[in-house]
Amino acid sequence: MRLPKPRGGLSEWLVARLGEPGLTGSAPGADSWDDESISLWTLHELSFRGFEDADDRAEWDPDLLGVRRDLETALEERLRARWSASDASAAAAPSPAEVPSALEAIVAADDGPSLADRVRRHADRDQVLELLRQRSVYHLKESDPSAFVVPRLPVRAKAALMALQFDEYGDGDPNRLHSHLFARGLEAVGLRAEYGAYVDDAIPENLEMNNAGSLLGLHRRLRGAAMGHLAAFEMTSSLPSRKMVQGLERLGLDGPMSAYYDEHVEADAIHEHLAARDICGTLAEDEPDQAVEILFGAWTCLDVEARFATAMLGVWEEQS
Amino acid sequence: MSDDHPDFDHPDVVLVPHGPMLLRGAESVQDLEGTVHAVDRPVVALCRCEKSSRLPWCDGTHKVIPR
Ligand code: FES
Ligand SMILES: [Fe+2]
Ligand SMILES: [Fe+2]
Repeated sequence: MRLPKPRGGLSEWLVARLGEPGLTGSAPGADSWDDESISLWTLHELSFRGFEDADDRAEWDPDLLGVRRDLETALEERLRARWSASDASAAAAPSPAEVPSALEAIVAADDGPSLADRVRRHADRDQVLELLRQRSVYHLKESDPSAFVVPRLPVRAKAALMALQFDEYGDGDPNRLHSHLFARGLEAVGLRAEYGAYVDDAIPENLEMNNAGSLLGLHRRLRGAAMGHLAAFEMTSSLPSRKMVQGLERLGLDGPMSAYYDEHVEADAIHEHLAARDICGTLAEDEPDQAVEILFGAWTCLDVEARFATAMLGVWEEQS
Repeated sequence: MSDDHPDFDHPDVVLVPHGPMLLRGAESVQDLEGTVHAVDRPVVALCRCEKSSRLPWCDGTHKVIPR
């Protein structure tokens, strides 16, 4: 992947700096949420697959780590402020044994709009392709953020996360790796499928959703929130994936793309239990102070998805 | 067995309350019609509510059935 297009002063500075390691000087402030979001996305990407036109050593450049920390602090503060204002955070802190049912309660209370519902019944072909371009920012690196958490977990949660990740990564068969299935789906519907293909088209709500997942995955301190985020993601996937299959079939987009969603109907009906009980439940038992963090991560996963869905529906509203 | 490094419970079959049966390490599963399905993952979720659209596997439908 090549460095993304800048969206303001900070990302302009960052892209220049990454492309020419000799440059020095301090970073300007961000001009906008868009500028801030693409900058943090770019800095995180240095720890995933990186950029062919950036110096690989930039991942651990102390100046850039300083910029990253400031952006991460602002993002985390925003996420925690939203969580603190939510009804879910007002409920009594769960005991470790109550964590799986507390996760179910958070998922049951989620009233964000459903993009899958829209795809199933009404969205036209262009809208679905636009959604797939946006979703590709995550699905082309699907489950990679959670993989960073493996060494940071106690025994039972670690074994369970590995069982889940093994399935995400194709059970040892590269042809079944989920991000690969999504890439095959993109090709089949006539979209670009290379890693990071549509980052330049990502709306800020989508970048924020991706940045939140990477932030939680990359920090050991946030391991509980990362696993709560994973649980909420898996717990809200099977039924919407089935609606995606129905919508793709309605539009004649069946084939590899609907096969990707079809796989998630079945896989995530399993993963949701592994994540809620065997990962989050045992993590909370072994590290009780993580119980509330797990719920913060779960709620945040649903909140950033709801903000993304609201923004997408708004864009479609304007077009019609 | 030490307290710090215990033998953990790791059953092959786990019944999820109001949900599926999780089954570990199976190679094949026969459904209600007698058709045998190959298993290609370490853990599968078998539908217990009989309302799944892809029996014998759970597809999450149990969550929208009123109890
Ligand atoms: S038990 Fe999940 S769909 Fe029947
Ligand atoms: Fe997946
Ligand atoms: Fe999954």
